[in-house]
Amino acid sequence: MRLLRRFLIRLMNFATRQSADQRLQEELAEHLAFQTEENVRAGMPPIEARRLAAIKLGGAAAIRDHHHAEHSLPFLENLLFDLRYAVRMLLRSPGFSFIVIATMALGIGATTAIYSVINATLLHPLPYPHPAELVRVQDDLRGVGALRVGISVPEWRDLESSGIFQSVAITGTGANVNLTGSARPLRLSFKQVTPNYFAVLGVDAQLGRTFDPHDTTPGYNLEVVISDGLWRREFGADPRILGRALYLDNDVYHVVGVMPRGFRDQGSTSEEQNVELWLGAGFAGVPFAPPLRSSRHQSRVVIARMKSGLSIAAAQGRLDALVESLKEQYPGDYPAQTQWTVRLIPLTETVVGSVRQSLILLFGAVGLVLLISCLNVANLLLARASVRGREIAVRQALGAHRMRLVRQFLAESLMLFLLGGIAGFAILFIARNFLLRLIPESLPHLNDISISWGVLAFALAVSVAAGTVFGLAPAWLMSRFDLIGTLRQEGRGSSGSRERLRARQILVVGELALSLVLMVAASLLLRSFWDLFKVQPGFKPDRVMAVQTWLPGPNDPTSDPYRTATQESVLLREILRRSRTLAGVEEAAIGDEAALPLGHSQPGRLPLVREGLETMDNQAPLIDSPIVSVEYFHLLGMPLERGRLFSDQDIEGTPEVAVINQAAARTYWPDQDPLGKRVRLRLDTRGLSSTAQPAWTTIIGVIADARTESLADAAIPLIYRSVYQRSSKEVTIFLRGQLDPSAIPARVREQVQSIDATLPVFHAQTLNDVLSGSLSVRRFSMEMVAFFAATALLLAGLGIYGTISHLVNEQKREIAIRLALGAQRGNILTMVLRRGLAMAAAGAGIGVAGALIVSHLMARLLYGVSPNDLATFAGVTLVLATVALAASCIPALRAMRIDPNAILH
Amino acid sequence: MKEKPDVLQGTLALMVLKTLDVLGPQHGWGIARRIEQISGDLLVVNQGTLYPLLLKLEHEGSIASEWGASENNRRARFYRLTAAGRRHLQAETREWEQTAAIIARFFEVKAEDQA
Repeated sequence: MRLLRRFLIRLMNFATRQSADQRLQEELAEHLAFQTEENVRAGMPPIEARRLAAIKLGGAAAIRDHHHAEHSLPFLENLLFDLRYAVRMLLRSPGFSFIVIATMALGIGATTAIYSVINATLLHPLPYPHPAELVRVQDDLRGVGALRVGISVPEWRDLESSGIFQSVAITGTGANVNLTGSARPLRLSFKQVTPNYFAVLGVDAQLGRTFDPHDTTPGYNLEVVISDGLWRREFGADPRILGRALYLDNDVYHVVGVMPRGFRDQGSTSEEQNVELWLGAGFAGVPFAPPLRSSRHQSRVVIARMKSGLSIAAAQGRLDALVESLKEQYPGDYPAQTQWTVRLIPLTETVVGSVRQSLILLFGAVGLVLLISCLNVANLLLARASVRGREIAVRQALGAHRMRLVRQFLAESLMLFLLGGIAGFAILFIARNFLLRLIPESLPHLNDISISWGVLAFALAVSVAAGTVFGLAPAWLMSRFDLIGTLRQEGRGSSGSRERLRARQILVVGELALSLVLMVAASLLLRSFWDLFKVQPGFKPDRVMAVQTWLPGPNDPTSDPYRTATQESVLLREILRRSRTLAGVEEAAIGDEAALPLGHSQPGRLPLVREGLETMDNQAPLIDSPIVSVEYFHLLGMPLERGRLFSDQDIEGTPEVAVINQAAARTYWPDQDPLGKRVRLRLDTRGLSSTAQPAWTTIIGVIADARTESLADAAIPLIYRSVYQRSSKEVTIFLRGQLDPSAIPARVREQVQSIDATLPVFHAQTLNDVLSGSLSVRRFSMEMVAFFAATALLLAGLGIYGTISHLVNEQKREIAIRLALGAQRGNILTMVLRRGLAMAAAGAGIGVAGALIVSHLMARLLYGVSPNDLATFAGVTLVLATVALAASCIPALRAMRIDPNAILH
Repeated sequence: MKEKPDVLQGTLALMVLKTLDVLGPQHGWGIARRIEQISGDLLVVNQGTLYPLLLKLEHEGSIASEWGASENNRRARFYRLTAAGRRHLQAETREWEQTAAIIARFFEVKAEDQA
């Protein structure tokens, strides 16, 4: 309390620049007068009395100093003085200041930019209260190799009553629905969720309410919650929206609430996060299958909020016990060989898991750039030490304390770093809209990336930390001047300058090593990207466009105009016929969303039950199963290897047939002929309410493998069925020919809506766009790392240039003497170049070791190139050596042309 | 620029406070002379060091000061103990006596007492 009071008063005195000197002077004068008087009373002569009084009082200057130090805050005063001095020094050498500030602006600006991305994604992935309590519940059947098999309604109820969770919700993974009745049919992204979904997330509506968590309607409760975006866009932010009827897939739902503006749904893709409609459903009645323990909802995602204070590990432990007891209770439903397990995964993980590695790589890369910038600036600061040697020596000779000098140099470098950081932040702030456009759209939480106060604080903190660390060493070395030597003759190889030179060489070696690491990382990423880009996808994306539509799936199947495949095939055949008449179209085909190569976020995966290997539906391996028309294979150039494709006779009512790819043949019928084999595919889609076993499907053909699921994976098993036997609500229209991408969407929409005016037409894209879109995160991180590597190389080149120049300058006299004694100029050139190469060799040696570590850490981001790729390492080392040589060349040539007469006059 | 060792600073501050407690409001010279008188020649301190200390005590709120007239009608700055200063002095006195008592007891103990 007393200390605080004292500090505050001193601070106030400092701030108001109030001086107590006047008061002290008066007091001291009085004091002297009192003492003199007493001395006189004791019988001294007045002059002697005064002299002794002054002696007794002590040195007036020291008293004043102490008094002033007590009155104000000398530390702050000195700091202010140092800063003022630093500003003067900066202004005196504007070129130097500019280079340092620009270098730091680059380093800190780039780091801050990547940080702002990481801040929005990795650090704050879930915009919900108490995100650590949120988990995803994943059911696996490891015994049969089936992961993410979904959950059945009785299992969900078991979880709800287990006491581990506050609440557990089932959600659809996001799908499309048609909104009709507005100006034109719209396709919107929706999720069907259990009524407690928003309670699990902990977010309430801004208008109206969310679903009643205790609602137990078995099917859809016909209530809908809409997003703020949809409310503003389609309903003009009408406050009377509540209770309004919406026609979704021809069913009537009533709006009960509008979510708040910033609300984003959980999920890993922007598709999922941009859900605009939430429908409440119990997943237990029409149109869903009856709630049997064995009928798992394959495409459902389960999220839960754990009891507060429970760790994931503890919850998992209790959950494992629950699973064991359920297995005992229902042995028929959980045969031992399937190894049913339920895992809890932090929800954070499921949102950003896919991009975490790329982002950490980027942050690492940008961190290296920052480090190199700092090394470069430290190098520059040391270089300036020689220029300022005389000033420092004079100040030391005049009695400046060493600590005082270090503090002052530190103030200078701190100011430079801070100005650099502020400049970097300012550039980032100004260019933010441009920079945001570079980020791939598939990055989660793209819209949450912002240049906020937190980001500014980060930039300032980095500046101060870097300024302290990298300013301290140069400040220390600068203050260690050989006083006499420097004053006697400036710049003549004194011990201090040799030390500084060694420090500078170490810094440059560090820079070179770091840039080698970055260049190796960038080259490996570039090669991976290039290999993926050039990979033979096994299908021909050129001149192909895909346009999507969506057929309504009403809750009452009898009101569905496209209920059966036969009903739907009339529409599809008409769409195909009309599409072929469009200008430029040579071929047309139909598929579902899963048939869109590389363009579907969730594959339509179904359990594959093989005849002779019969298991329960929920224990079979899952296989991706697109639904297509026969023209699809030819349109995409996927050749038939064996058997036949679908024929006109393969329609609803005839025995079902399927075509598989070679990977499926190898995986499920190894060393056997798959033709004629029979399988059962159990469907789980909206609208399926029957529990009857589906009929057997016969394999009739094998097509060549194509990378339609993932460019990086050549052999993912696939099974294709005919759209005329199996209807699908998602329809993708494929067109090949001389197409005008700007005109096609409108033409297709006209044709489709002239058949059925309620159908939406959306997402028209060329397959090449889809293809490059699937590489966007890879491309982004490759481009960024390449940019950082180029920057690093430039900085390292500048560093080596500066150091060699400095070296030549220091050795001017030595070189001149050698020349005077008859040394060949060529020898001088090689001598200097050798110094540069020695640094490059040391940097490359350390760099290669570091790069090996880094390349193995990022092995999972690589494709088709080994982390030890010799060609990459050799090439990068060569580039580095060339740059080092080129940078040393200019000062070496200067050294060669030294005129001994001019130096040694 | 270094400050005096804490012991001296601490005890000097205590002496100042006690002086003001006993004598009432005093000017700087008065305090200095009183300390000198009581401690005799044992405490040789430059009188000037008193003034930064007085400022510190004032910042801490233990004493307050104002201009006034001295006994021979000269303008002088008078320091007086505040209520907080008195509490502080009491606490310090107790602590000091305690420490002194402990030290004294240590010196009283002789080797034979241990046997």
